[in-house]
Amino acid sequence: MNTPKVLLIFSTIFSVFSTCANSETLTLDVQIPQLKVAEYHSPYVAVWLESKSRKSTQIAVWYDVKMADNEGQEWLKDIRQWWRRGGRSLDLPYDGITSATRGPGSHQITIDLNRAELKELKPGDYKLRIEAAREVGGRELIEIPLTLPLDKTALPISKNGTSELGKISLSLQTNN
Amino acid sequence: MNTSNLLKVITAGILTASVAMQAQAHRAWMLPSSTVLSGDAPYVTFDAAISNTLFYPDHVAMNLTGVKAYGPEGNSVELLNTAKGKYRSTFDIQLNDEGTYKIATSGGGLRARWEDENGKRKMWPRRGQTAQDSEFDSAVPQNAKKLRVSRSYRRVETFVTLGAPSDKVFAPTNQGIEMIPQTHPNDLYAGETATFTLLIEGEPAKGATIEVIPDGMRYRNQQNEIKLTANEKGEFEITWPAAGRYFLEAEYEDNKVALPATKRTGSYAATFEVLPM
Repeated sequence: MNTPKVLLIFSTIFSVFSTCANSETLTLDVQIPQLKVAEYHSPYVAVWLESKSRKSTQIAVWYDVKMADNEGQEWLKDIRQWWRRGGRSLDLPYDGITSATRGPGSHQITIDLNRAELKELKPGDYKLRIEAAREVGGRELIEIPLTLPLDKTALPISKNGTSELGKISLSLQTNN
Repeated sequence: MNTSNLLKVITAGILTASVAMQAQAHRAWMLPSSTVLSGDAPYVTFDAAISNTLFYPDHVAMNLTGVKAYGPEGNSVELLNTAKGKYRSTFDIQLNDEGTYKIATSGGGLRARWEDENGKRKMWPRRGQTAQDSEFDSAVPQNAKKLRVSRSYRRVETFVTLGAPSDKVFAPTNQGIEMIPQTHPNDLYAGETATFTLLIEGEPAKGATIEVIPDGMRYRNQQNEIKLTANEKGEFEITWPAAGRYFLEAEYEDNKVALPATKRTGSYAATFEVLPM
């Protein structure tokens, strides 16, 4: 790629994201369902943005960060698609991405489109992928289509999980 | 078709049949407990056996003397907790470094079959034994009846990966029979197609015949084998029909060999795990 083209793309991206003003935040609401099981462990969850060429940008990873000697990392591979789509190349814990697991309930993830990795993404169609894997439980993967620069008309958008995930919604929240 | 050509075809047919039968009788495999791993220095435990039914150890335990493990940098990795049972051997390895590990047993050299003066079949080295090429002259009677000498190579291997897959363990040694993967063997998914290349002494093993058999044979009536042939470049493609463990076996034969051998053969086997999408 030659220099003028790069400059053009970057300036396009910059103008695109500056329209997503500070007063609005892209928010992903992830519901972890209450399950009637004898042995319950909070699921490991990964959220990432995947381009058509399968390049992944990490958004969030919830795993057991508290276990001694990083033992909680042993089951990260069970978030199978995520592991393949970049998880296995990450140096964990990853600041701003990894955090503790969450139990049943509704959990918000703020997607900061001004974060360097997201800001650099080329305009186009992406998939926001949410994958959950639970010890002595199952695995579920949900995809939400997303267009960059952010197509606000497509929002809010939600999908319902059937086993390990509940309702997943992506919306713009206005900050007051 | 003239008589001599017909004879060739028949001989080739018999040869192929006998090779296939031999392969059926000895499926040597090493089965890892996991192939894709995360975390700090995890362990993988392996079963190693020779059995017809995949992957159930019900015949003979594999001899672990020749089994070697190689780390992501090609470094030697120690086999831990080795044990040989009646039907299977077991061992562990610890994955201290990120990347792909290869666990393999390989060998090769001159092999001879003949009949003694009483018409009794003889072979050198004897079954389950190893021998040096230098012993050939003293061990094999050069004027024996039906003497057939081959240079035969074998390799049995499997792969496991901690973190991101790496490629260093696949660097060809150009010795014996080898498999060089274009698709990483710890990055296999149901419905996807993998490409592998077979080499014999560093050259494409063109025309090698390959059989891929899924695990769980005890619970079905057919082998369900996928039959493939390596192309001019020694390449072949497998589309994995379902997630699970698979046994791959390849047989190669030609006559590009120096005397006293008149044929060169290669036998390759590997175990793979295919994950669901």
